[in-house]
Amino acid sequence: MTGPDELDRFLRTDPRDVGCARAVDMLHVYVELVAAGEPAEQRYPGMAAHLSACGPCGEDFEGLLAAVRGQDR
Amino acid sequence: MARLHELLVRAARGEVRRRGPRLRITGPELEDLAYQAAADALLAITGKIGQFRGESRFTTWAYKFVIFEVSAKIGRHFWRHPAVPLDGEDWDRLPDRFGFDPAQEAERRDLLAALRRAVDEELTPRQRAVFVAIVLNDVPLDVLVLQLASSRNAIYKVLFDARRKLRAALDANGYLSPDTSRQT
Repeated sequence: MTGPDELDRFLRTDPRDVGCARAVDMLHVYVELVAAGEPAEQRYPGMAAHLSACGPCGEDFEGLLAAVRGQDR
Repeated sequence: MARLHELLVRAARGEVRRRGPRLRITGPELEDLAYQAAADALLAITGKIGQFRGESRFTTWAYKFVIFEVSAKIGRHFWRHPAVPLDGEDWDRLPDRFGFDPAQEAERRDLLAALRRAVDEELTPRQRAVFVAIVLNDVPLDVLVLQLASSRNAIYKVLFDARRKLRAALDANGYLSPDTSRQT
């Protein structure tokens, strides 16, 4: 990805983005769908949009998913 | 309760190990952070147990608290020991931040000059401060939350609005193509 493309990607906003407060509320539900292989992005597109744009919430998502998957092993 | 604490400690250790390579925290300090996160998560869970609505497994809901505690403690650590200055404006970082190719010097110069103009002319003082801290100075969002005594949601919203305004300004001046993918 070139510089202009990367800047474009960073500045692009998705009106469906639910924001951090809603993402925090829903994270456990969303993570279980992802862990179960369900189409979480289609069911909660606003969550998916937020988690791909918000670094800290994306990091928390990855952490919770890893914890859930670790528990299932 | 002892079993839950044990699960939380295991989840906290897993999370600090997962994030460890990117942190400047190692050894006993990392282990302490995991134990503190598990203890604080247990307190939070005890206080909010009535809010569990069975939308997920109980452990998934409980692990969420430990992940948030690890996040918060790492944010506080970096606030106390910042790797980068939390103020100032380093516009020279932008080309590296967005991976600009030095061979495309003219395009880079024009686009970044337009971005800087838009930051100065389009953003409110608060939007500008948040943009400068996170994008130019590479301050982690959670650290900025602590610095401004704000919330993650509020700072994210400020940055979201700043991104939207800047993109619109660059689009209006022909520097980026219109964003038509998800307009409502």
